[in-house]
Amino acid sequence: MNRINKKLQGDKKLLSIYFTAGYPSLTDTVTIIQNLEKSGVDMIEIGLPFSDPLADGPTIQASSTQALKNGMTTEILFKQLKDIRKTVSIPLIIMGYFNPILQYGVEAFCKKCQEIGIDGLIIPDLPVGVYNDEYKATFETYGLINIFLITPQTSEARIHFIDSISNGFIYMVSSASVTGSQSGFGDPQTAYFERIAAMDLKNPQIIGFGISDNKTFTQATKYAKGAIIGSAFIKHITNNGIEDIPTFARQFNN
Amino acid sequence: MNYNVNEKGYYGEFGGAYIPEMLYPNVEELHQNYLKIMAEPDFKKEFDQLLKDYVGRPSPLYFAKRLSEKYSTKIYLKREDLNHTGAHKINNTIGQILMAKRLGKTRIIAETGAGQHGVATATVCALMGLECIVYMGEIDIARQAPNVARMKMLGTTVVPALSGSRTLKDATNEAIRDWINNPVNTHYIIGSAIGPHPYPDMVTRFQSVISEEIKWQLKEQEGREKPHYVVACIGGGSNAAGTYYHFLHENDVNIIAVEAAGLGVDSGESAATSVLGKEGIIHGCKTLLMQTPDGQITEPYSISAGLDYPGVGPMHAHLAKTGRAEFMSITDADAMKAGLALCKLEGIIPAIESSHALAIFEHKTFKPEDIVVVSLSGRGDKDLETYINYFKL
Repeated sequence: MNRINKKLQGDKKLLSIYFTAGYPSLTDTVTIIQNLEKSGVDMIEIGLPFSDPLADGPTIQASSTQALKNGMTTEILFKQLKDIRKTVSIPLIIMGYFNPILQYGVEAFCKKCQEIGIDGLIIPDLPVGVYNDEYKATFETYGLINIFLITPQTSEARIHFIDSISNGFIYMVSSASVTGSQSGFGDPQTAYFERIAAMDLKNPQIIGFGISDNKTFTQATKYAKGAIIGSAFIKHITNNGIEDIPTFARQFNN
Repeated sequence: MNYNVNEKGYYGEFGGAYIPEMLYPNVEELHQNYLKIMAEPDFKKEFDQLLKDYVGRPSPLYFAKRLSEKYSTKIYLKREDLNHTGAHKINNTIGQILMAKRLGKTRIIAETGAGQHGVATATVCALMGLECIVYMGEIDIARQAPNVARMKMLGTTVVPALSGSRTLKDATNEAIRDWINNPVNTHYIIGSAIGPHPYPDMVTRFQSVISEEIKWQLKEQEGREKPHYVVACIGGGSNAAGTYYHFLHENDVNIIAVEAAGLGVDSGESAATSVLGKEGIIHGCKTLLMQTPDGQITEPYSISAGLDYPGVGPMHAHLAKTGRAEFMSITDADAMKAGLALCKLEGIIPAIESSHALAIFEHKTFKPEDIVVVSLSGRGDKDLETYINYFKL
């Protein structure tokens, strides 16, 4: 069974952390992953940096720009992750925009992910329809779970379609926004969380975008299986370095 | 061979809508409605009326006698430079603002490089009384001060794009992010034949008035609808798309697309996407794109801000790949020389973008009886400082 599916079983609310590979320094990738696991984090999204991250706010944009300046490439990331499964056992997901994956070759990329022990991919600008028609078979061949996003504007019919072709969890974008732009959840978000929870979908949901502290984490996980934190974590390592990760992770009651 | 968009939003292998799920409802709403709205009689009536009375169409098709003598062929200039706001950009913004109103949108966003599309968008927003926000790279704001002032006078808020290289590509990213943040009330007026489907097709259709007019104007002057050649410069490619549109399937009309070579195609400072680009994804569509082997989008260079874009519209990528269009690249130096030559020969100061199209006559020989229609996409007022500094006038 895929590590993601295994992790989704049981009652525990999941704390998932996103970070940009190659930031703050090129060679921090493995240390960050190891420190996150040691700190009790349940799942990790490893960000493959891109020059033009359309769905990201200023924090992740800046970390991506810096990571690329540091020299991060797809090839280097794969080299860094080569032996990651010798020390890390929690689910690992690569999150990146489609163009670098397309240039690497979708099949070659998937094959490499399988060799390393990557469990899933999140590709925000790979549309559901294109994935379903052109790439689904390849992802499945290499045992990769593709994670789709839904937003408050996603229609009910489309959510059911996305649920039907998903095989892991659904990434619920908390509100109409790019990453890192919320400072708390109000009534519209709560209503949206309730609405989705009541749909009784096949796949559990994990909420991301705008989760920055224990308050928002608790609000989100009241309705969903877990929550993903990105920008707030990147701000933390920007200010405190990569050794002090347990302090950050401990604030969440997962 | 079909050169129009297919039902899935592709031109051959190029196009599509590679957008984050956050944008899906907006783009889908447009996709479901744009053809229907454009076909409505009252939409067509209002669009045509505004193009006539407000933009000043039809724009003249001018036989450039002295230029023709110089190159021993028959050169016609399609005078988009005489449109209100000084370029072809307004054809598209008029169409899109009417579209936005029918979709019930109350807030308009746009990206701009040199500021021409920003001014054209600010203009139609003032005309319709809609809120307008234009994203512009911080660097472009500094070097295009007159257009920034125009937008402000027209009541538009100009927001500097501070990310990445702080030019057109980043302004486009910021506009897309704004749309993600404001999905319900906002329409994004993309300025070129780029972006996710249906944008390239919609922009092309609004600009197709250029080739529609060329046909009957040429019939009046030459007794034939079809020229031997149509020529246009290409950044994203909206004036080119409009100039080619009604000739795409007329195989005896040769299509020439002129890209900016910058300091030279192999200099590392260029925007010749058809030569330097590889298939990839930028701003929501699959097209030819300048990028690193690792798939990071690279910075183009051209003296002309309007051609300084690392991609090209998907329709043009298809025209390049199939060989339907002949792609030429023109350096800064050749474009500037051709621009100055037009001033002296015809009394017309062209935009530096358009000067690239004019420069092909130094590189390609036409027959005396050939009819060559060149899209003079914009006027050179915005470029006076660049011309003056370049030639030390």
